[in-house]
Amino acid sequence: MTLLPTREHALHLLSEMLRIRCFEDRCAELYSAGKIRGFLHLYNGEEGVAVGVMQALRPEDDIAGTYREHGHAIARGIPMRSLMAELYGKLEGCCRGRGGSMHIFDRERRFFGGNAIVGGGLPLAVGLGLGERLMGRDAIAACFFGEGAVAEGEFHESMNLASLWHLPVLFICENNQYAMGTAWSRSEAETDLIAKLCGYHMRAESVDGMDVLAVEDRARELAEYVRHQRMPAFLEARTYRFRAHSMYDPQLYRSKAEVEDWENKGPLIGLTQRLKAENLMAEEDFIRLQRMANEEVDDAVSFAEQGSLERVEELTRFTYAEQTA
Amino acid sequence: MSALPQTARAITYREALRQGLRSVLLNDPDVFLIGEDIGKYGGCFAVTKGLLEEFGEARIRDAPLSESAFVGAGIGAALAGMRPVVEIMTVNFSLLALDQILNTAATLSHMSGGQCPVPLIIRMATGAGRQVAAQHSHSLEGWYSHIPGLRIVTPATIDDAAGMLRAALEFRDPVIIFEHMNLYNVQGELSVDAASINIERAAIRRAGQDISLITYGASLYKCLTAAEQLSAQGIEAEVIDLRVLRPLDEKTFIQSVRRTRRALIVDEGWRSVGLAAEVGMRIMEQAFYDLDAPVERVCGVEVPVPYAKHMEEAALPRVEQIVTLAASMVKHVG
Ligand SMILES: Cc1ncc(C[n+]2csc(CCOP(=O)(O)OP(=O)(O)O)c2C)c(N)n1
Repeated sequence: MTLLPTREHALHLLSEMLRIRCFEDRCAELYSAGKIRGFLHLYNGEEGVAVGVMQALRPEDDIAGTYREHGHAIARGIPMRSLMAELYGKLEGCCRGRGGSMHIFDRERRFFGGNAIVGGGLPLAVGLGLGERLMGRDAIAACFFGEGAVAEGEFHESMNLASLWHLPVLFICENNQYAMGTAWSRSEAETDLIAKLCGYHMRAESVDGMDVLAVEDRARELAEYVRHQRMPAFLEARTYRFRAHSMYDPQLYRSKAEVEDWENKGPLIGLTQRLKAENLMAEEDFIRLQRMANEEVDDAVSFAEQGSLERVEELTRFTYAEQTA
Repeated sequence: MSALPQTARAITYREALRQGLRSVLLNDPDVFLIGEDIGKYGGCFAVTKGLLEEFGEARIRDAPLSESAFVGAGIGAALAGMRPVVEIMTVNFSLLALDQILNTAATLSHMSGGQCPVPLIIRMATGAGRQVAAQHSHSLEGWYSHIPGLRIVTPATIDDAAGMLRAALEFRDPVIIFEHMNLYNVQGELSVDAASINIERAAIRRAGQDISLITYGASLYKCLTAAEQLSAQGIEAEVIDLRVLRPLDEKTFIQSVRRTRRALIVDEGWRSVGLAAEVGMRIMEQAFYDLDAPVERVCGVEVPVPYAKHMEEAALPRVEQIVTLAASMVKHVG
């Protein structure tokens, strides 16, 4: 078992995960109400991964994610208001309503997107690492992606290039065991991901993604390694998605019992139980943090509701950069 | 004794596609399917639902997220004598397989001096209109139609959804079937025997003498709606469904334009260097002296398709645009 952090830090981790959980649950409601449209992929169950890894990153580090990126965006400190407004398609959203749920960007926080193409963020992260190296900075790039991407050529090309060129990239594979309806075991000839990576000469390990403390611990060590050795590293976080793949998924490929089983092993339950057992937290703390998270989401929703729409005349704006080099 | 007349039942475009798939699977033991989540998941648009249970894993092959490899595998299996039907979830992901489609499937027949035709079918969903933003809203039918060696078809009706696959299998060429995402739930009756469906000719979906609206895919319905509104203004539009984008059946639309003397092309794809440009140019080459007005286009605005509803709508062809432009063309005195 990983060492317990201070009460303050432990409550911070819990609070971050609760903020994500509340945000995602509200998104599901808002989708049913028709306020959020398009494709919506929720992060319930996987909060420990984004929150744990984010502790190891510095403001100057770069992040690339997938279409299931609300959790990463929140843990990175993108204001919920700007996120929710984006999901509402409003001008006040982080991408002025152009991107929506799958395409969250916040340049100031070095959040280089949500990417809706499986594997699409991997080569980008390699490039971010390359750029940091060439610019002579000691920032690193962190790349989050699902295990489904491992079957893509882009994954293997990216692993090789990052290792060959000694690039400071931390790859975080969120192995939630299903790529839409395809179980990991039905898509890989070698299901031991760390064994699969042997050919790339890259430091790689697995961690229980349901244990935020363990994720943080491993991410800190690997991030420091990447930062100081200027070499890539790989972290497989074993996790589970509690909700459907997207809002259209009838989930014929897994049983309710399996989902319930994992829900009982969830990252929020795990941390709460441990903190209570160690007398680091009381029920009132949990209730208070949950209330604060809900209030923050309420505020984000009313902000988004009151937001404005981009003028249609601005449709083609930003197709090209507004400034020349 | 006469049998009771069969009452035709309305089916969805999705069901029509499934019927088409089932019938070729039943008729030809060499036909098999490859695709992501086509089996256990039931297909990302539920087109292949139930086929795994009926035909088994050897013929309904769930593939990992490896578009380039499984499209290439389809090419190889086709060369070996099988009749693979590959599903790529959407055209957006076909870009990961573009090398195999363009450099291999489209070239092998010619490059090998005719020795290696590639009888491969690729189905994919296409189009925008569901607020799924830039990376999931591409309309690249025109783009694929640029490529010699491919046959490109765009079923827009229930009949074509049911019959085009069988017709495609009669060729020994790579054929791409584009299914517009907004059509899957469209309902209608199967009106003809699927065996009579060809993939060579365009179709006149509505007759009219004042202007030709030339289109394909889901934009067909926008044009038909526009034609009804124009009719209320006393303008009768002829609506041409191209159906086959490559090789293009120019005879049908050129003859139509010669009759109506006006052509408006409606294409969800981006305007510049697109399919509409090609159709327009063929009209200029072959029917210039028959025209009473300049050829016009309503196309997708040249921008990555945005998420917000009002912005997405503004980026795509709209019925009122078609009506306004068509009416002004008819009033135009040459
Ligand atoms: C290249 C590509 N192929 C297919 C898809 C459709 N698709 C979207 S998400 C997904 C599953 C991806 O699973 P995984 O990488 O494990 O991430 P998860 O959704 O589980 O977080 C698929 C097949 C896509 N977006 N991109």
